Amino acid sequence: MTTKYNNVYINETAIVTGPYEKKGPLHSYFDKGYDDLYCDSKTFEQAESKLIIDAVDILLEKINKTRFDIDLHISGDLLNQIVASNLASSTLEIPYLGLYNACATSVEGIIIGANMIEARQIKNCICTVSSHNNAAEKQFRYPVEYGGPKPKTTTFTTTGGAACFLSYNKSGIKLESSTIGIVKDLGIKDAYNMGAVMAPAAADTIYRHLKDLKREVNYYDVILTGDLGKYGKKILKEYMLKEYNIDLKNYNDTATMIYDLDNQPVYAGGSGPACAPLVTYGYIFNQMCKKKIKRVLLVATGALHSTSTVNQKLSIPSIAHAISLEVIE
Amino acid sequence: MERKKYQEIVKKYTPKENRIYNGLIAFITGGIVGVIGELLLNFYAYIFHISTKDASSFMIVTLIFISAFCTCLGFFDKLVNFCKAGLIVPITGFAHAMMSAALDYKKEGLVTGIGSNMFKLAGSVIIFGVCSAYFFGIIRILIFGG
Repeated sequence: MTTKYNNVYINETAIVTGPYEKKGPLHSYFDKGYDDLYCDSKTFEQAESKLIIDAVDILLEKINKTRFDIDLHISGDLLNQIVASNLASSTLEIPYLGLYNACATSVEGIIIGANMIEARQIKNCICTVSSHNNAAEKQFRYPVEYGGPKPKTTTFTTTGGAACFLSYNKSGIKLESSTIGIVKDLGIKDAYNMGAVMAPAAADTIYRHLKDLKREVNYYDVILTGDLGKYGKKILKEYMLKEYNIDLKNYNDTATMIYDLDNQPVYAGGSGPACAPLVTYGYIFNQMCKKKIKRVLLVATGALHSTSTVNQKLSIPSIAHAISLEVIE
Repeated sequence: MERKKYQEIVKKYTPKENRIYNGLIAFITGGIVGVIGELLLNFYAYIFHISTKDASSFMIVTLIFISAFCTCLGFFDKLVNFCKAGLIVPITGFAHAMMSAALDYKKEGLVTGIGSNMFKLAGSVIIFGVCSAYFFGIIRILIFGG
């Protein structure tokens, strides 16, 4: 389902990260970075909610508003019962919608907020998203201090909180259109190869978006996928060409941009709901403000699995949502 | 696209693990752990004037302590990641698995956290270790008569 927007803008963004992202190549585009994965909190779950709270605080300061001026807070994360978002929201006291679409949550939140703004149900909203490496490792994989070897296709969950402020005031970046994706499942069961799991969903959403709006792939300066990683990126390119006959030339993946893949211990690249917004709100928006790139299609991809279904040998379904971002002329 | 065709694409771009290199690393590092165990065994037997059978319990406890302690210090996971089966297969891997799970759930309480989650990874080792010891014991009695 593709929707066009007339008056929705991402006015401002804020990004808080953990230590690995701080040492990555895009560190200069982040607002705040912690040197310790505990982020001055007692547990990893609390640390993750702190990332959201910090991002919202920085964002409110940037737009010179208080929390009473915000109509809605939309948030999501990877943890069970989206607990990081819930904890953060309990201190923010802003009307709150909690979402889960795994790593596609960031774009899902923006689409919901944008639709409500376009319908004039709300004046503005804050969309936040977070992920925390150790909290995710503990829940989905092995204990944090366990050093069992992992395959090369494993992705490294990003630690970060990202917040953006949406309204109908014309400033910042224009949200031009969005596409809500369908859930795809091509039978991949390997929880250590998320790129392969999510590539079909990304391809399908890109194809539908282009078809619905009758656009060619070179309409966009850059097409960005969320967190396919080094190998998922190659899979998507070949799958896109074979299945839809679309050659993705102007394409990149945020998972491969956020870390220095050669020198950081991140296997195939970053992942997690925060991966795509960290790169987009930071580096991409900066490039857009400088008018170096004008049209961006952001496709956030999510693997919708749980450890129980993986152990039950079920294949992993995946989802991708897309938003088209434009520089205001 | 059919699932099979897609899985072929995935297979094409999935990197192969270097099994020979990994095996060699595990062989060498596992061997080093064995040598350390042997040294400890002889050391305890010599110091306390006990049989090597009794000294082996001392040696196992020492290795368990070292790997659990190093896990707590936070660098053992990097070592395990490098050595792979060289540190996972010996008793050091068992202690490491237990300790890392215990550390994760420390903040969720003694009973509800550490108590119920400590054997999250190592539990299956105990279950299948005990079961196989039982069955192999029966086989041994049937074939060799004890």
